[in-house]
Amino acid sequence: MKRRWNAALWVGFLVVLAAPVTYLTVFVRFPVTRDFPWATLLIFCAGLALVAFGLRRAFREPQIYRGKISGSVVMTAGVALFGLFLVSLLYTMRQLPPSNGAPKVGQKAPDFTLPDTDGNPVTLSRLFGAGAGGGEGARAALLIFYRGYW
Amino acid sequence: MAISVDPPEISREQCRKQGYTFTFLSDISSDALRLYDLVHEKAGPGGTDISRPAEFLIDSQGTVRWANLTDSIAVRARPEQVLRVVDDLNLGGPS
Repeated sequence: MKRRWNAALWVGFLVVLAAPVTYLTVFVRFPVTRDFPWATLLIFCAGLALVAFGLRRAFREPQIYRGKISGSVVMTAGVALFGLFLVSLLYTMRQLPPSNGAPKVGQKAPDFTLPDTDGNPVTLSRLFGAGAGGGEGARAALLIFYRGYW
Repeated sequence: MAISVDPPEISREQCRKQGYTFTFLSDISSDALRLYDLVHEKAGPGGTDISRPAEFLIDSQGTVRWANLTDSIAVRARPEQVLRVVDDLNLGGPS
């Protein structure tokens, strides 16, 4: 009797592959699924569970299901991919310099002058003075330092 | 105001694409980044220095009232979080 194709292995592997792909294309854009990527971790777990199910029946019922070797390879690749994601999440993305000299709450914010997108110089301290921006000046300023788009 | 090492042209393009209307400043030589100790060495394209992500709320006296230095590049201050701080510190506009 011809042995059956072990669909769980391959569907599971596709689900595992979808986890990092959907993280980078969709979930990374929303703080709820990026700050702690629970959606991506769930997809990983679902995919790995499917692969594990396929692998289990390949070994338990080898006369019915194929995939003892391919299943092992797929399982190893899936776990490696999951591991890579965890390493980037828990290690690589946290490799930031300590920034001990950053101004603390209560301290004066260092003043600076930088060009805006039209090349016009903007000075932090001059945002607040009367007449700034044609009005009475800003009540506060939020500085958002970001990595850039290069 | 958003600050990065991007040249003004890149920021202008980014604002156009995303529809941002607030001010984007270019710190090409990392001067402000050094003042705020936010230089992330060799983390940019081709080993260039870029900014580590951080947010500061400054009052009209020039004093830092709130600061957020994330420990993961994936985690940043959320808009609603900042708005709550602005409200709590009574730094918003007249209501």
